[in-house]
Amino acid sequence: MAGPAAAGAFEGIDAEKEALWGFTKPQLLAFGVMLAFIVISPFYLYPVFLMKVLCFALFACAFNLLIGYVGLLSFGHAAYFGMGGYLAGHAAKVWGATPEVSILIGGFVAGLLGWAIGALAIRRQGIYFAMITLAMAQMVYFFCVQAPFTNGEDGIQAIPRGAFLGQYSLASDFTLYWMVAGIFLLGFLFIHRVIHSPFGQVMKAIRENEPRAISLGYRVDDYKLMAFVISAALSGVAGGTKAIVFGIATLTDVFWTMSGEVVLMSLVGGLGTLFGPVAGAAIIITMQNYLAEFGAWVTVIQGVIFVLCVLAFRRGVIGEIGRVLKVRL
Amino acid sequence: MSIVDRRSLLVAGAALGLSPAQAQSQTIRIGVLTDISGPYRDPTGPGSAVCTEQAALEFQGRGLTIEVIRADHQNRPDVGANIARQWYDQGVDAIVDVPTSSVALAVSQIAREKNKVFLNSGAASSDLTGPACSPNTVHFTYDTYMLARSTGGTMARAGGDTWYFVTADYAFGHALQRDVTRFVEQAGGRVLGAARYPFPNTTDFSSFMVQAQASRAKVLGLANAGTDTANCIKQAREFGLTRNMKIAGLLLSMMEVHSLGLDVAQGLVLTEPFYWNLNDRTRAFTARVRSRLPNGWPPAQVQAGCYGATLHYLKTVADMGAAAAKADGAAVVARMKAMPTDDDAFGTGLIRPDGRKIHPTYLWEVKTPAQSRGAWDYFNLLATTPAEEAFRPLAEGGCPLVTRS
Amino acid sequence: MDLFGIPAPLLFGQLLLGLINGAFYALLSLGLAVIFGMLNVINFTHGAQFMMGAFVAWMLLNWLGIGYWGALILAPIIVGITGIILERLMIAKLYKLDHLYGLLLTFGLGLIIEGLFRNEFGSSGLPYRIPAELTGAWDLGFMFMPVYRGWVVVVAFVMCLATWLVIEKTKIGSYLRAATENPALVQAFGINVPRMMTLTYGAGVALAAFAGVLAAPIYSVNPQMGSNLIIIVFAVVVIGGMGSILGSVLTGFGLGVIEGLTKVFYPEASSTVIFVVMAIVLLARPAGLFGRS
Repeated sequence: MAGPAAAGAFEGIDAEKEALWGFTKPQLLAFGVMLAFIVISPFYLYPVFLMKVLCFALFACAFNLLIGYVGLLSFGHAAYFGMGGYLAGHAAKVWGATPEVSILIGGFVAGLLGWAIGALAIRRQGIYFAMITLAMAQMVYFFCVQAPFTNGEDGIQAIPRGAFLGQYSLASDFTLYWMVAGIFLLGFLFIHRVIHSPFGQVMKAIRENEPRAISLGYRVDDYKLMAFVISAALSGVAGGTKAIVFGIATLTDVFWTMSGEVVLMSLVGGLGTLFGPVAGAAIIITMQNYLAEFGAWVTVIQGVIFVLCVLAFRRGVIGEIGRVLKVRL
Repeated sequence: MSIVDRRSLLVAGAALGLSPAQAQSQTIRIGVLTDISGPYRDPTGPGSAVCTEQAALEFQGRGLTIEVIRADHQNRPDVGANIARQWYDQGVDAIVDVPTSSVALAVSQIAREKNKVFLNSGAASSDLTGPACSPNTVHFTYDTYMLARSTGGTMARAGGDTWYFVTADYAFGHALQRDVTRFVEQAGGRVLGAARYPFPNTTDFSSFMVQAQASRAKVLGLANAGTDTANCIKQAREFGLTRNMKIAGLLLSMMEVHSLGLDVAQGLVLTEPFYWNLNDRTRAFTARVRSRLPNGWPPAQVQAGCYGATLHYLKTVADMGAAAAKADGAAVVARMKAMPTDDDAFGTGLIRPDGRKIHPTYLWEVKTPAQSRGAWDYFNLLATTPAEEAFRPLAEGGCPLVTRS
Repeated sequence: MDLFGIPAPLLFGQLLLGLINGAFYALLSLGLAVIFGMLNVINFTHGAQFMMGAFVAWMLLNWLGIGYWGALILAPIIVGITGIILERLMIAKLYKLDHLYGLLLTFGLGLIIEGLFRNEFGSSGLPYRIPAELTGAWDLGFMFMPVYRGWVVVVAFVMCLATWLVIEKTKIGSYLRAATENPALVQAFGINVPRMMTLTYGAGVALAAFAGVLAAPIYSVNPQMGSNLIIIVFAVVVIGGMGSILGSVLTGFGLGVIEGLTKVFYPEASSTVIFVVMAIVLLARPAGLFGRS
């Protein structure tokens, strides 16, 4: 079964040589640009806004791992993102855990949740898979509405930022920014490493031709489930980080529109590209930020972008750039 | 202020369309943070912004430069908190409106952290002046306690002594049901049952209507808001509940009545501290703003609250000087509490130490189509609760500001 | 007589109400199933088109003075035509691609439609009256049964039956079924498959709009009325077995009843129960109750 990413992002550009750490030369260059932007931007842009971009970039990267590299469209990733946020918030506020431990707890629980839902969902493919993940995520949403520790629609508010490793206070936006940037980079490189491992090769084989992967003796379901769990856990880490940054964990992050948003980010940036989700998250978050006063038009504009991307720019921003430059990004 | 902070402030100034020199000046900046795209758009939304601008307009000549901006919080606490943080960091002095309690609670915390001013009109939660009260927050228009007391208490005393609740299953619905239950029991009444329905995502309430009917209670209490309330009322009428039950829409407002139409809404009882056709002053206020409100509708209570709160805030700022006001939000709010309020929408009143603005509240009955003498002529006045009795007594709220002083 | 602590008549009434809600699920999932069976597109715009049906009914009444009965026929036609335009302009371009793109496109379209209606009509909803012929209620002794609700069940049932008959028993239905199996072969027989797909989409959308008109007098007519329902309807379609007409209709009615019973015994869970059922069904029968794997 060919994933949507197969629609064109990779035609004939698979043969490039790796330069360093599994990056091709253009990818290394792009990584350098991204790194430079991460280091320089907080001196010029509002750090809280940048942290939001980074959280969503990590979320989109985790999501992209599934759709771009295994060919599975999950329409319920909000469940892991939101659950990670709740658990991290709860750990930091009620258990008094340090921020990095809280975020790890969030990621761990999201991974567990992903394992439970994934085991059920990977029994089907394509659209069926999308709808099952969507429906399961709705169950998680209703659980979050009901469970006492989430505080219903108020959410967990006033989550303390705490001190990194119990040592370095994160009260200043600037200090917190470096922690968030660190988490993002670790997550990003981890995903990159997964894709380039033998495990990642099998994932891509499944995306391209599942029956053939089966006939080669791979236990396809195990691989899919593993990818699902990794994706869910990283989404949880992203959600947990967001909860620490904003000091709030709410139902918004578990609701199905959030699942739609992360699809949009990956689509705009380019499904199955390494840097696409990052660019997509930056574009969408910036747009939401600057269009906030237009109210309902934001929904309309997002819808239009969705439609345009699907009809005309299926490769996304990064995918199109890559096509023009004939490189894979 | 560190270098980094100053830089981001300057960038912020640019983002707001200001030159750095302007950003240093003594312009008072007010941000209207409201629901522009969601279910509470009509009773708050653009109308709240227009009413806030009206207050600014009336003050423009008196030596203050005032700028009003607006944004949509989409009823999402994270979005609201994000915008509030950014606004305060970038030179906004006061945030106005903020419907949806969860968003309001988040913004209140940020206002306190940044020592700015938060003038809430749209949110219902009485926690804002209770356990979560803040020296930087004023809660202007209404709250759950006041609604419960006026609608619940008055109906219970008037013979509605047995109740059945249909409650939205989340914190707000529970709080409303709990508050009303207390007043019903104080008045010697009983609660016979309650159905808690999943929120959101419930559109059909017929099952709960039949259960309510089977309970043989005299009053159906609707502990929900917005379109849920409208749906419940529509379906209660359809299932004939209105023949032997009274419906108490605990958070029902003029906008829901408008959306239901008088033939469905007639006879409903609701509480609002502001109604455009209450007296000469409210009519004068309505005449001033109506042409600029969306669709030319008269102002709703929350929108009028934005006007009242902003007007009082600006009076205080003019009194203490823009520079001092910009420097210390808590000081402004303290001064606001010291001065009596007076505006065309709510008349005279005052702000208590816990941040609660108090004014008389009114219990209204929705007119029948025959009684209504024109568009938006919706209410008959049933009862008035004086300001001192309308809201939760200061000592009962559990506000730390009160116990300390 | 009491059953499980609930008076039997009351339980009976709740079953009846569940069936009424099931009627909406059945009509909506029927449209989804027809579209999916033919086009292989999960129509995420379905909720928005349901909402459009209700709004068009309102517009017909308030702008043109056409009442409920006219709207019941005109609104599905009007919304169906907009569906046909969407299909021709956009959805048709995606048939050769992965099916997931259809889902993403219709999701985007749903956002646009809902946003536009919210800008135009606000969010608190518009009034729409029950037609005079169907007001009032029957007193069944144990409960009060509004005439209009009875009408909804009957008409939804007839509509579902008619759709099923058209697909299973008519010539055009057999073309349709054949084209679902092997479009290339059917095309080779000289049948215009693209036009059939367009009309199928239009018909599916019209069914959604028809449900919207039925819903207008009892639910609040507001822009988000469809998005509240659509996820539940998706679950119904998954449980029934995607693309199975009979499956989605039966599941629609059945789940309405299950949901109705949950509202009596444990109302807090009434919207979760459908997803629980879905999880169980998927564990036991991954292809859904009536689906072929």
